[in-house]
Amino acid sequence: MKFSLGPSLFFWPKADVEAFYQQAIQSSADIIYLGETVCSKRRELKAKDWLGLGREVAKDTNKQIVISTMTLLESPAEIVTLKKLCDNGDLLVEANDLSAVQIMHDLNMPFVAGSAINCYNLSTLKVLLKQGMIRWLMPVELSGDWLKTILMQADDVNIRDQFECEVFSWGYLPLAYSARCFTARSEDRPKDDCQYCCINYPQGRKMNSREGEQVFVLNGIQTMSAYQYNLINEVNQLKDMGVDIMRISSDSSKAFAQLDKFKDQLVDPKAYPLDSEQECNGFWHKIAGMSVA
Amino acid sequence: MELLCPAGNLPALKTAIDNGADAVYIGLKDDTNARHFAGLNFNDGKLAKAADYVHQRGKKLHVAINTFAHASGEERWKKAVDNAVDIGTDALIIADLGVLDYAANKYPDVERHVSVQASTTNLEAIKFFKNNFAVDRVVLPRVLSVQQVRQLAKTSPVPLEVFAFGSLCIMAEGRCYLSSYMTGESPNTVGACSPAKYVRWQETEQGLESRLNNVLIDRYQENENAGYPTLCKGRFDVDGDVYHALEEPTSLNTLELIPELMAMGIVSVKIEGRQRSPAYVEQVAKTWRMALDRYQQSPNTFEVEGAWMQTLANLSEGSQTTLGAYHRKWQ
Repeated sequence: MKFSLGPSLFFWPKADVEAFYQQAIQSSADIIYLGETVCSKRRELKAKDWLGLGREVAKDTNKQIVISTMTLLESPAEIVTLKKLCDNGDLLVEANDLSAVQIMHDLNMPFVAGSAINCYNLSTLKVLLKQGMIRWLMPVELSGDWLKTILMQADDVNIRDQFECEVFSWGYLPLAYSARCFTARSEDRPKDDCQYCCINYPQGRKMNSREGEQVFVLNGIQTMSAYQYNLINEVNQLKDMGVDIMRISSDSSKAFAQLDKFKDQLVDPKAYPLDSEQECNGFWHKIAGMSVA
Repeated sequence: MELLCPAGNLPALKTAIDNGADAVYIGLKDDTNARHFAGLNFNDGKLAKAADYVHQRGKKLHVAINTFAHASGEERWKKAVDNAVDIGTDALIIADLGVLDYAANKYPDVERHVSVQASTTNLEAIKFFKNNFAVDRVVLPRVLSVQQVRQLAKTSPVPLEVFAFGSLCIMAEGRCYLSSYMTGESPNTVGACSPAKYVRWQETEQGLESRLNNVLIDRYQENENAGYPTLCKGRFDVDGDVYHALEEPTSLNTLELIPELMAMGIVSVKIEGRQRSPAYVEQVAKTWRMALDRYQQSPNTFEVEGAWMQTLANLSEGSQTTLGAYHRKWQ
């Protein structure tokens, strides 16, 4: 089992991003994803900066570096940027939209299929393999049983060795994408005049019910879970199932300690009771995502 | 430009055709479509009757098979494609790449439309569907502005269909797991958002409360209209401000965009609402038929009538309508 550090889904100042990846180099992650996946208006780091940062990190470590790309692409300018990232020459790319899959296929380059690409079954997996997919990050809403079925089917038709399987395992879950910016809306501003306000919320804005229950996190055009997903107690189950990589999302520098904790589960497994007002693991167990099984 | 109307049952389908729909879209009676609600949709017998009624009148039938095939039940989605083709559907509306692959290989001559649930929002994604599955049409998600739709229409190698009226999904369709996060069931997996079986209404001292799987979605004062607790349309608390943090109860209405959509070459305008009554279908089909015909007759003097807007507002969530993402300010 390998462990990856997912791309930060939030909007941080450039210096914070650089400091985070300096720490990431020293962390126990085997794979580091980086790049903007949520909003093209977030330009503290532009495409060339992300590529530059990726190469710099790659130089200082033997970890695998992957460039993550946008999920919701709506304008030709966004596609131009996407093409630059895809055609970068050396770094592996995570496709989070079928546009990136198309571009990578045209370039005849392998890619990682991110969780926002709807791959729910073996037939879809085969379609993506034909395009050049070498690693598959399961959609976050799917369960352990669902995954087990697909992996067994892949084994049956002898394609299991053609791809790695990765599972989002810790952090705020990316749940939805919209044309609307909910962070700008929360400041009573339209998206075209957002003033890049996401940068003031390094962990997004919590959206609670009127009785104070934490429901979602507003992160620009993305809506996230208010509870942190946590599969710390399932590490060995995933390993036995043949999952290759567990992803720790880069919510904050706390992610580094989580990486160590997850890795320890392989050698010295412990039971960690989850706090049902801060954490969840429902999706994996085929119940409401926000619940704890 | 085709007027494409929804039908959740045979009476609604007949009403749509009788009131001016050029085509009707329906779903089968299982979880292969994104309006999988009790008492709704078509079994095999009704499916054949639907096809007969539509075809005898020279109109078209589209069958939506637009959820994502379950790992352990792919055969059900393939069977749905087979059934739809057997009764002579004019088009298959599909979201799942595996199902599209099956349909393209087995029935290359049956039209394939990329469902809105496939989240196709840009040229490269459209190329992906064209190159791999030779699709005949792409249904755009409700996340693009008019300017973005226009740009895409200019360059798209595949004809485009857009949503014209109905309940407004504010997230990129097919990429929203809010419902399964709260209930365990989502449009992608079971074909329903904020499913009715999780809804609970409760009179309390603070007012009428609506809950979804026990999470408080909204609370209404006596003078307020209570709406179905679709989870993205409730009032929530963001750092002390209580408001519709994601969206208000409202419906999409694009009557005023008819001239623009025509000019762009959009091939079809879709009315949302397979879960709605035949009375809804009648009113919407009739109003949109009138508007489209009026435009055809005199494109230069076309104006949206107040009465049309009123009729549509009365059929809308919260009795209000919006241009949604088509209008940049909404975003």
